[in-house]
Amino acid sequence: MTWGLVFEQSLNGLQYGVMLFLMAAGLTLVFGIMNLVNLAHGSLYMMGAYFAVAATQWTGNYLAGVALGLVATLMVGMLVEVVALRTLYERDHLDQVLATFGLILFFNELVAILWGRAALYTSLPSWLQGHIDLFTGSRYPLYRAAVIVVGLVVAALLWYVVTRTRLGMLIRAGASNRTMVGALGVNIKLLYTIVFGAGAALAGLAGLMAGPIYSVQPGMGELILIQVFVVIVIGGIGSIRGALVGAVIVGVVDTLGRAFLKPLLGHVISPTAAESAGPALASMMIYLLMAVVLAVRPAGLFPARG
Amino acid sequence: MPMPLRFLTAAATAAALAFAAPVAAQQKIKIGFITTMSGPQGVIGAYMKDSVELALDHLGRKVGGLETEIIYGDDQTKPDVGVQLAEEMLKKHQVDFVAGIIWSNVMLAVMPVVTGAGKIMVGTNAGASPLAGSLCNELYFTTSWNNDQTPEAMGKFVQDSGVNDVYVLAPNYQAGKDMVAGFKRYYKGRIVEEIYTKLGQQDYQAEITQLRSKNPKAVFAFYPGGMGIQFLKQYDQAGLRGPLPLYTVYTVDEITIPAVKEAALGGWETRFWSPDLKNQANQKYVADYKQKYGKLPVFYGAQSYDGILLIDSAVRATRGDLKDTRALVAAMRKADFNSIRGPFQYNINHHPIQNFYLLRAEKVAGGDIEMRIQKTIFEKHKDSYSQDCKMKW
Repeated sequence: MTWGLVFEQSLNGLQYGVMLFLMAAGLTLVFGIMNLVNLAHGSLYMMGAYFAVAATQWTGNYLAGVALGLVATLMVGMLVEVVALRTLYERDHLDQVLATFGLILFFNELVAILWGRAALYTSLPSWLQGHIDLFTGSRYPLYRAAVIVVGLVVAALLWYVVTRTRLGMLIRAGASNRTMVGALGVNIKLLYTIVFGAGAALAGLAGLMAGPIYSVQPGMGELILIQVFVVIVIGGIGSIRGALVGAVIVGVVDTLGRAFLKPLLGHVISPTAAESAGPALASMMIYLLMAVVLAVRPAGLFPARG
Repeated sequence: MPMPLRFLTAAATAAALAFAAPVAAQQKIKIGFITTMSGPQGVIGAYMKDSVELALDHLGRKVGGLETEIIYGDDQTKPDVGVQLAEEMLKKHQVDFVAGIIWSNVMLAVMPVVTGAGKIMVGTNAGASPLAGSLCNELYFTTSWNNDQTPEAMGKFVQDSGVNDVYVLAPNYQAGKDMVAGFKRYYKGRIVEEIYTKLGQQDYQAEITQLRSKNPKAVFAFYPGGMGIQFLKQYDQAGLRGPLPLYTVYTVDEITIPAVKEAALGGWETRFWSPDLKNQANQKYVADYKQKYGKLPVFYGAQSYDGILLIDSAVRATRGDLKDTRALVAAMRKADFNSIRGPFQYNINHHPIQNFYLLRAEKVAGGDIEMRIQKTIFEKHKDSYSQDCKMKW
């Protein structure tokens, strides 16, 4: 194990982390502000991936496909909020879980009807293929580097919007005390629709960036959703900062665990025992981490509400 | 044979048929077909169902000459759901056969339920080793293979090619371990490292980085379905396709190729069947499948097509008598039908003794990428568990 390898694996972890962050940001805002448990967030991720593939094929241009995919996911998100979720804010969490689980089934079947059950073919434009040379002497896929950059830029933008703009102020106020914000004459319905749409667009962005590396198929959203819930529990529900820190921690811990846990265990216990314990433990790492965080700080690392 | 005797025999047969006919005419055959239709793996079930329907078309919608009803069930990849479906099929629908099943764990749960009810189970994919060995059953047949056989063929090819320093990757579950065990039964060279990843894992970048730092000479991997799509894309994006030969089983197939296209090119596979296998039954199957569904069939479907044909051959042999289970079993043991893999025999454990071929993903005329048979690795290959099967024929 060399430091170059550790650096490269940390980059992999960071890339996974920013992907999780894009998902977690929307989910945590919706949970924090509207007090809504949205299991269908993974479906919006899936819709983003499908819309981008379809739009790229239709326009023949990758960037146009990305832009159209984002707009379409935003629209779907706002539509879902207006049609289905608005009635659920005052209901308890169990009803919300039930209803949004229904939305998962609805979207998975919709996608299977529209595009079929087989995974879609996705490709990258030539300017995103290839590699960059790392100072460690190895090569890193250019596309994954681009994902890291986009993720960090979005994080910076979100930070600016939430802390420096009037909309961000309302969002933060909504997260702290929804009733009071409504009482002060703010159009809380509109605010909710905007926040939900923005969250959907972020999930869509994660989905369309995942398309070229993962498999674009019905049910793809549920594969990532569980890790996203782990992220927001670790980071603190309703906190964008928590989502970013939680996502990067989860991404790096998961990746480094998969890469180095087995060889490290081999030094402590017998190599044959490490052979079977390593992979099992590596896949549990993020859940163990969550358990520890919950024990030490039950509200997460950066709780939104005081 | 003198003339009068021949005439008598013919007359007797005609009479027997005439008497048998009214019984057969009233009778109906019901087949329960369990597969996975929903979730990310639902695509496999869709391919299987398409092939079952094509088999019915080829049989004039009559299995064994009887009016046929197929009851499809979606096991959602869950053993408990599979058992529920089987019980419903047996009790409510009174099916005569149960067929299908993709997953070994589902099959291990469902098979005892079906055979316990005295009905015949025809597996069309799952190949868990106990089913071929200690748990073999008179009423259980498979038209696929035992899990180990396909990687055994790959192990032999890699061994014979003189490749050394192989890096091994598979998901961390029973079939993953079976595949690696099968590979190692014939590959005796150095293994750089054996990596078991989480079942259903999406991102393999960490494993690929690790792999590259070890400088292996070749990679052996088993990543079925969506995992394969992800692994192939990321292997290609890491720039490893080409410089580092990739030997896989159940990873590059007619389901994954359309989703990854170029990223599959040059990949090696071993298999008992391929769309380009030259025999009459297979050419008809592939041509009609392409015409009906507009795409190539995949091996999951080919096995399911054979499953229906196997049932058809047995019901014909008993002249539509579905109650005589012993006679049905005896007929099925003969495998007397035009299999898409060519003629084959059943081993003592009701698993096929069959050839295994080396396949490679190649660019064909028209720019599509398809699997092409390179050579035969094993002829009439038996699985390694039949000696544990105590069945007597």
